[in-house]
Amino acid sequence: MTLTKQALEALNVGDVVAEREFSFTRDSLVRYAGASGDFNTIHYRDDIAVSVGLDGVLAHGMLTMGAAVQPVIDWLGDPALVDDYQVRFTRPVFVPADGEAVVSVAAKVGQVDAEAGTARIDLLVTAAETTVLGKAQVRVHAV
Amino acid sequence: MYAKTPSYLVGREKIREFSRAVFSTSPLNFDVEAARAAGYADVVAPPTFAIVLQQFTLQQLLDDDDAGIELSHVVHGQQQFTSARPIVAGDELTAVQTIASVKSLGGNSMITSQSVIEDAAGAHVATTTSTLVVRGDA
Repeated sequence: MTLTKQALEALNVGDVVAEREFSFTRDSLVRYAGASGDFNTIHYRDDIAVSVGLDGVLAHGMLTMGAAVQPVIDWLGDPALVDDYQVRFTRPVFVPADGEAVVSVAAKVGQVDAEAGTARIDLLVTAAETTVLGKAQVRVHAV
Repeated sequence: MYAKTPSYLVGREKIREFSRAVFSTSPLNFDVEAARAAGYADVVAPPTFAIVLQQFTLQQLLDDDDAGIELSHVVHGQQQFTSARPIVAGDELTAVQTIASVKSLGGNSMITSQSVIEDAAGAHVATTTSTLVVRGDA
C-alpha cells in the first residue's frame, strides 16, 4: 500500500506514523562503508578515532540518516515518495568493538498540506537516551 | 566549482547492497518485479543513495591541495537530499560540486558544498547539500 491523498488528509500533526529500533555493530559499519564508499577510518579503527580526539569508533552519520528514514518508507510504501530529507548530526553514535549501539526512531507528523498532497514527517532519533539527529525532517508526497 | 564527475552507472546489485546496509525492508529496493509493478524501470534506490555520487565529489575536495583537508579529521555536520525523481538501476549519473560556504568556528572549519546530480540526458535527478566539520588539531 502506498500513501494515498485520502490517507494523508486524515493525518494530524503529532501522530506517530512509524517506529523502529536498529542495532548497529562494527559489522554494520563495515557493511555501510563498503556499500557507500565512505572509508573514513574513524568508522572502523579505534586507534585513529582516539588519535583525532574522538571517544572511539562512531557510526557513519549517513548510516544513521539512511536507516532512520526506513520506517517512514515502510509506512509510505514507496521510497520514491520522499521528496526531501535533511538532518543535522548533533551527537555521535559510538559503536563498541564487542557490542552494539541501539538506535531508536520515532516518526511523527510535523505538518500536513492536504491541498498539495504533501506532509513533513519529523524524526526523533536517539541512542543511549540521547538525541543524535537534529532537525531530522522528511518531506513526502501522497499519490 | 569542480569538474563534473565521471559517469556512474547505477547497478542493481549496488542498490541492493546499499539498501541492505541501511536496513531497508522495502521490496522496491530489492525486487525487480515489485519495482516494475509499481511503475519503475528497475529497482529503486533509497533516498540517501545519492551519497554514493556525493562521495566522488568529496574525494575531489580531499584531493584538492588548496583545501588541505585530511579525511580522518572530517565529521559530518549536516546533510540534505532533494530529489527531482527517484534513482533506479540503469541510471547513468554525474555530479557537479559547488562550495557554498566555508566558516571557521572555534578552531574547526565548516564547509558546505552542494552537488547537483544529473542523468545521461542532462535532466536533474537530485541535489545533495552537505556540511562537513573539519576538526582542528585535537
